[in-house]
Amino acid sequence: MTRFQFPKSIASRPVYGRLTARPGSAHLMVADAEGAEALLDLAAAAPGLMERAHVIYLPKTTGATYARRLETLSPAQLYIGPSYPAAEPRLRKALSDAHMGLQVYLAGTEGLMGQAMREAIEAGIPAGAIQTEHRGSVARRMQCVHCKGITEDVTTDPFVCAHCGLNLFVRDHYSRRMAAFQGVCIDAEDPGDVPPSKELYS
Amino acid sequence: MTIQFKDETFHDDYTFRNSPWAIQRFPFPFHEDSYMYSVNLEPHLSLRPGSVFEKTFDVDEHYISEMKDRARVLANDPLRCQSLPHMTLAGWDLVELIMEAKARDYPDLFELHRDGDHWHWINKPLGIEQRFTFLDDSTLPCGPMEYITRQAQGDFALLDQREENLWMDAGMVTTQADWSLDFDIGMNFYEWHAPVPLAHEMGVFQRALKFLLNLQQGAPYRRLNWTMTVNPLLDTSPENYHKWGVQKTELTPENVGQKQYLRVELQSFFRLPRSNALVFPIRCYLIRLEDVVSVPKWGRRLHRVLRDLPVELATYKGFIRNRPMIVDFLSAYDDGAPTSPGIFPD
Repeated sequence: MTRFQFPKSIASRPVYGRLTARPGSAHLMVADAEGAEALLDLAAAAPGLMERAHVIYLPKTTGATYARRLETLSPAQLYIGPSYPAAEPRLRKALSDAHMGLQVYLAGTEGLMGQAMREAIEAGIPAGAIQTEHRGSVARRMQCVHCKGITEDVTTDPFVCAHCGLNLFVRDHYSRRMAAFQGVCIDAEDPGDVPPSKELYS
Repeated sequence: MTIQFKDETFHDDYTFRNSPWAIQRFPFPFHEDSYMYSVNLEPHLSLRPGSVFEKTFDVDEHYISEMKDRARVLANDPLRCQSLPHMTLAGWDLVELIMEAKARDYPDLFELHRDGDHWHWINKPLGIEQRFTFLDDSTLPCGPMEYITRQAQGDFALLDQREENLWMDAGMVTTQADWSLDFDIGMNFYEWHAPVPLAHEMGVFQRALKFLLNLQQGAPYRRLNWTMTVNPLLDTSPENYHKWGVQKTELTPENVGQKQYLRVELQSFFRLPRSNALVFPIRCYLIRLEDVVSVPKWGRRLHRVLRDLPVELATYKGFIRNRPMIVDFLSAYDDGAPTSPGIFPD
């Protein structure tokens, strides 16, 4: 099982649900890695849904494990891509081509869902037509509040900013506009005193 | 009185000082000997001639130097001033609100002449004279919110109102108590307050939001908030925290009276007429502990408040590590005598 129960947190931190099939003129599904499991479950629960689905899937480190199974669902369109930035133009095109009644399904890591959610909202998709389901890694997309650089797939706290090299602690404060959590210098008041990194939620 | 503007700095050599006049009118934030969150709002009506509550937008001896500091911070980090595209009209509302108030309250310092949409603005302390067409963005050197808030002390947040919530969709933020406009822009009322401890559980934000959603034009409100800052540093931003955080380690029992400042925000709330947005000015006043205790009532009270403050609040406000030293300093000015109600000196 790749589900994780996030502990209760502050009001800006996103919460995720379970994907369920909803009536719609078209269905856009975006998932990464273990997020494919949520799409597989969705398809199993709603026969016929995939015939009208455009699936954008990023296997990341899962290789062919889920990609093949998604192919067997025979979605109307299936894109398997190497990274979110690579898939983004296609996602934007799909959103800009969308008509009334599109349903959006996002599954996988928080970084993937957050970025795709941002694109969907900016394209004018109503929030009520977008569902999310977290699966797989609890890695976070982090913005360094100091240099503004984004570090993807952060799994430890503290971590080193990939851009400026500061040691940052992981906050739960989240910006939907950035699609990122906030990272803040952990040793500002005691330079060099950086506690050992721990896995998130360990 | 005529304001004697000072030439001083809020960084590096920190030459900022309060005159005896500024100390005596300082907005001391504690009306009793203890502190807990509350929705401590009152109508923003003119109160006590000479106090910071007398005018709509208080101008004091630090005006010119604060505006220089704002320009310095913006040059280093332009992201401190941002406005989402739908907020330009609210920016014009703010131009009108501030220019009208300053010209009305300080006619010797500011003038506003209007001929229909053709406006002529004179800011004597900053040496600015500007003719422009109201609501025409092309007639100002920058966006309307940025233009006027480069000439007004304090931070400003412009809040859009929709979906029964308030959205922080524009702001000028260079004198903040450790929050990032760049990160928080676009958030709703609950989201941008999310990191504040205890208050959510107390229902403070639900009540405050309900109140603010119903704020009426022409009936502004105000409240005080406070924290503690080492050195008279206006720009206690998270962006620069890795630079200024270390200053907290520089306090000693010998210098705490001079280096530790009480930081008070005079927050006010106005409904804007065209955009239906709210403007939330957050004006920062700084006073060092030495000057606080020059008012005996304030010295006694600040000692009791800081000594008894819940650990969560001292942590959130960022002075938990220095609390023992601060309380020890203040204890010498608390003889245990009772204090009078209210914030003003006896």
